[in-house]
Amino acid sequence: MTAMRVGVIDYGVGNLRSVANAVLEIGAEPCISSDAAELSGCQRLILPGVGAFGEGMRALRATGLDHLVRDAAGSGTPLLGICLGMQILVESSTEFGEWDGLAILPGQVEKLEDPQAQGTQRLPNVGWLPLSRPAGSNSLDELFAGIEVDARFYFIHSFAVAGNSASAVATAHYGNREFAAVIARENVIGTQFHPEKSGPAGLRLLRNFLS
Amino acid sequence: MASPLRIIARLDVKNEHVIKGIHLEGLRKVGDPNELALRYYEQGVDEIVFMDAVASLYDRNNLFHIIEQACRNVFVPIAIGGGLRTLEDVSRALGAGADKVVINTGAVRNIGLVEQIAAKFGSQCLIGSIEAKRAGSGWTAYIDNGREPSGHDVLDWARQLENAGVGEILVTSIDQEGTGRGFDVALARALEEATSRPIIVSGGYAGAKDVSRLLAETHPSAIAVAGALHYGRTDVARIRGEVEACMAGSMA
Repeated sequence: MTAMRVGVIDYGVGNLRSVANAVLEIGAEPCISSDAAELSGCQRLILPGVGAFGEGMRALRATGLDHLVRDAAGSGTPLLGICLGMQILVESSTEFGEWDGLAILPGQVEKLEDPQAQGTQRLPNVGWLPLSRPAGSNSLDELFAGIEVDARFYFIHSFAVAGNSASAVATAHYGNREFAAVIARENVIGTQFHPEKSGPAGLRLLRNFLS
Repeated sequence: MASPLRIIARLDVKNEHVIKGIHLEGLRKVGDPNELALRYYEQGVDEIVFMDAVASLYDRNNLFHIIEQACRNVFVPIAIGGGLRTLEDVSRALGAGADKVVINTGAVRNIGLVEQIAAKFGSQCLIGSIEAKRAGSGWTAYIDNGREPSGHDVLDWARQLENAGVGEILVTSIDQEGTGRGFDVALARALEEATSRPIIVSGGYAGAKDVSRLLAETHPSAIAVAGALHYGRTDVARIRGEVEACMAGSMA
């Protein structure tokens, strides 16, 4: 049996090696590429990304890979955006200005501020947080199959998709501030946390994404 | 609700061996970096920091191939520090699979390097490291693994690092490091007040009372533990239990 090919979209932003290593670990074949034709041949696509929103969008457009991501989302190819790669999937961001996202899923990216914290809260949010995820959503149940309810995932970010966005299917709290930890609709999923850096629970989530 | 305190395993590496000293001096070999990294990952550690104790970046035995190996079987964040002086060094470190770089001497020599790294790769991949030694009522920042005073006051330097764009600050107390006599709590608290970045407190951990003393006065983002883990005096799960007991106590 040949291993499933998982395209890791290389637009010059992100920890591609970490994502590829995690894909290898769960028995699939990572394909790190910036070539749209090669990526379109993959059965799954991962859009990684770290850093600032504006830079990320600029880089994605400069490579023309924004079209690939839109096409994949439209054609039903399972697509997973991670961290900045998740944020880029929604409509807009206010990180250092006003930016348009790909608007594949509804939502806005906002600064992760908790007005009640009064100086005790630090940014970026760096750490392992549990998720709130309502039961009953089929796609979410599949993504989290076999993962403990109180499992924690690794986050590192100062901006986040608002927790009340229509696409938010699981949330997390930083202080009192609730934000979207997972956004999803049909074949498109985004995680604010890094599954490739979240230990066994993260690897399980990636495996579920492939199955 | 406070975020859970991260537990970071710190591996100081020299010539392919994890080493451990006291006050960052008198280094002894304590194990293989990849074996120890995997062991701590399996114990549930939150993050691993590899520090090149001799900054042997351009030697044959540099840290990059250790990182490349570690990234294949350790699926938590990995940071690398020691000897990174240029944007190209950082690029190589991230290319080897590190998620973050730790900068001390490189920043003291050229604070512009911090700005360049933050601009190119983002603050999330940049940990500013401060080696702090008590001096009168304050602390002086050191470079070259605690060998040379930088001339900077620790709190002033922390503010400069924050302004230049570091995402986190790792503070190592040279006075406490390797002694097992507890963290420098006053240092951690002073840094917390001086900056708004997440703080990683390193140096001096030996047991539960050190965690409770630290958390009674400050809310760091993480603690870094080295000797107590390397010598097998504790494991990650036990430290986690100590941390959770403290956090549950502070919420009650």
